[in-house]
Amino acid sequence: MNAPENTQTLSFIPASEFKQRTTEAVADAHLRQSFRSAMDFLMAKRAAQFPDADALEAQRALAEHIRRYSLSRLPELLEKLERQLTANGIQVHWAENAEQANAIIVGIAQKHSAELMVKGKSMVSEETELNHAMEAAGIAALESDMGEYIVQLDGEKPSHIIMPAIHKTKQQIARLFAEKVPGASYTESVDELIGIGRAVLREKFMAAEIGLSGVNFAVAETGTLCLVENEGNGRMCTTVPDVHIAITGIEKVVEKLEHVPPLLNLLTRSATGQIITTYFNMISRPRQPGELDGPKEVHLVLLDNGRTQAYADEQMRATLQCIRCGACMNHCPVYTRIGGHAYGTTYPGPIGEIISPHMMGLAATHALPTASTLCGACGEVCPVKIPIPDLLIRLRAEATHDARPGHAPLVGQGAARSALMDFVWAGWAALYSRPALYRAFVWLATRFRFLTPPMQSGWTVSRTPLKPAPRTLREQLAGRHLKT
Amino acid sequence: MQRDMPTGPRPKDVYFFSTCLVDLFCPEAGLDAITLLEREGIAVHFPEDQTCCGQPAYTSGFGERARAVAQAQMQLFPNDWPIVVPSGSCAGMMRHHYPRLFADDPLLKARAEALAEQIFEFSEFLLDVLKVHWRDSGKPATVTLHTSCSARREMGTHLHVRALLAQLSGVNVVTQSHESECCGFGGTFSLKHPSISSAMSGDKVDALKETGAEAFISADCGCMLNLNHTLQKRGDSFQGKHLATFLRERLAAAGEKS
Ligand code: SF4
Repeated sequence: MNAPENTQTLSFIPASEFKQRTTEAVADAHLRQSFRSAMDFLMAKRAAQFPDADALEAQRALAEHIRRYSLSRLPELLEKLERQLTANGIQVHWAENAEQANAIIVGIAQKHSAELMVKGKSMVSEETELNHAMEAAGIAALESDMGEYIVQLDGEKPSHIIMPAIHKTKQQIARLFAEKVPGASYTESVDELIGIGRAVLREKFMAAEIGLSGVNFAVAETGTLCLVENEGNGRMCTTVPDVHIAITGIEKVVEKLEHVPPLLNLLTRSATGQIITTYFNMISRPRQPGELDGPKEVHLVLLDNGRTQAYADEQMRATLQCIRCGACMNHCPVYTRIGGHAYGTTYPGPIGEIISPHMMGLAATHALPTASTLCGACGEVCPVKIPIPDLLIRLRAEATHDARPGHAPLVGQGAARSALMDFVWAGWAALYSRPALYRAFVWLATRFRFLTPPMQSGWTVSRTPLKPAPRTLREQLAGRHLKT
Repeated sequence: MQRDMPTGPRPKDVYFFSTCLVDLFCPEAGLDAITLLEREGIAVHFPEDQTCCGQPAYTSGFGERARAVAQAQMQLFPNDWPIVVPSGSCAGMMRHHYPRLFADDPLLKARAEALAEQIFEFSEFLLDVLKVHWRDSGKPATVTLHTSCSARREMGTHLHVRALLAQLSGVNVVTQSHESECCGFGGTFSLKHPSISSAMSGDKVDALKETGAEAFISADCGCMLNLNHTLQKRGDSFQGKHLATFLRERLAAAGEKS
């Protein structure tokens, strides 16, 4: 398969190992218990925010409409955003892939001879693996969101897009801090643990030359970067250091300021069950002459990294409606069983299954869209009504077929194609579309039911074998019922 | 999900689309459903050339194969009678996905859309079209309910199953924890990702058993087979019953014709 050209090979887990990883994850009783209770908690919090199903439907319809409208005018809105940000004094950079984004950020840091960057929570910077790039350039990058701080300290990646350290217990964090934070002693008090982290971070905010953040919404008309957070670390990162660099995907743009509240309202309620987060930052320009604080320089890096591939397809464009609330993973029975790390991608869960193929190519990710029962829980809770199950089916088709006529091939198109599966489905269709053949088949299956294989692939791992009935329904009906 | 229910007189004839699973693996559920329909004075027609709705290929990404099978089914219903399907999942396929499967062919799409309107999940048909109101004659029983994801999220018929059971005065329905969660079957998912599927099915079986019910009821043979075979592998005698079988047993208990 062609290697993805405009997507970088990140340290993902190869598709062939996906099954093994998920098998290991499922066998980890401790992990399963912690995800189950965490997801139960988040689901209950969300449900409490939406007591009125009709009202929720109306809000989702509006939010979907805003996102679809924004995407329908994406190129135009991005240009407008760039113009407006530039007019406001914010420098705009475009990155086609992760390497370019990292190079831009490293370049800015080097220009300022920076030694330390403090980071607010940014999944896009996880996507580009910015921390590695900074490290390679000899610049320290420190996560300041408490969850991100914890996973960074332990050399891990986030296991959830909203709650990066959700897979860790209090005890594990206590041990980690005692071991890795100089001067910290073992404590299981959450308040004390947070206190330890805060004390470390407070100093670093003051020392860092660069602050990095993500963006939740970029408003084209006003040139405003909106940032949602709970810990205040986002505000520190975007106001204390002299240089603030924001990084986001190109899909995050909306046209008008008034498009933000309906999305924000659903984002926080869907994500953590909060009416509003503790902090909501709106960043429009760097420090002006005469102002006493704020960064002297503000940059925005707009990243593509496969998003235009999703954008180019009418159906898959819906993937970009996502506002990264995480509700789909909270409600996903598969995510709940295997946790975030088993996916091996930056974005786990249902959203990860539909967006990662665009970012990393189908060759590396074709197993992901198959890891779903299509139960529909994700689509049901998605605040912007992304038809996730339909997109999973679509990606299953793209992974096993050539591009449809008139459609450009996706990166890794047909990577999961196998002659065996082509043959199996062709045979299946031949059998089930020819009634005489089918009748003969079920007649034989019932007569020879004693030959039913005792091992039936994955089915019998935890189930007794499936055995045909002694007689089919159609045979039992013969002579008894009206036939048509 | 909401649909306009046909008004006017009760239909005299219906088609029965048994689904491939019922035909080969749970024929008794099909027989019981037909018996209940006939008990209401309805002539049940079973098109002999029916096979499968095509869902396995469709959800596996082999839409072109699903089309071939779906097209073969679409020819089997010349009259505009309701088509009763004893499975939320297959009914959902025929009602919601057939029109999309043929989106690029105006004639077939029109046919699929017309057919979609004829499709009724079994419990939906009993409750909304026949408006049955049955008198329970069984012994007191405590059961729990497992609704398939398609019934819940595509067809909205989890409500119908519940409402039908609520008509049975001797039946106490207890609710499992995580009721809306998938049982882990997912068609080919159970073969592709056996460990995840097994974990989900195991949890579902635990939740059903924890209710203390004597059996669970499902209106989908896919979920039912998945859970029953999981229970059997554990050597557990707790089992699920198809809704049609359970209803027929309750009505037959006092010697009503069955
Ligand atoms: S796909 Fe929907 S539910 Fe999932 S993170 Fe995005 S917006 Fe939230």
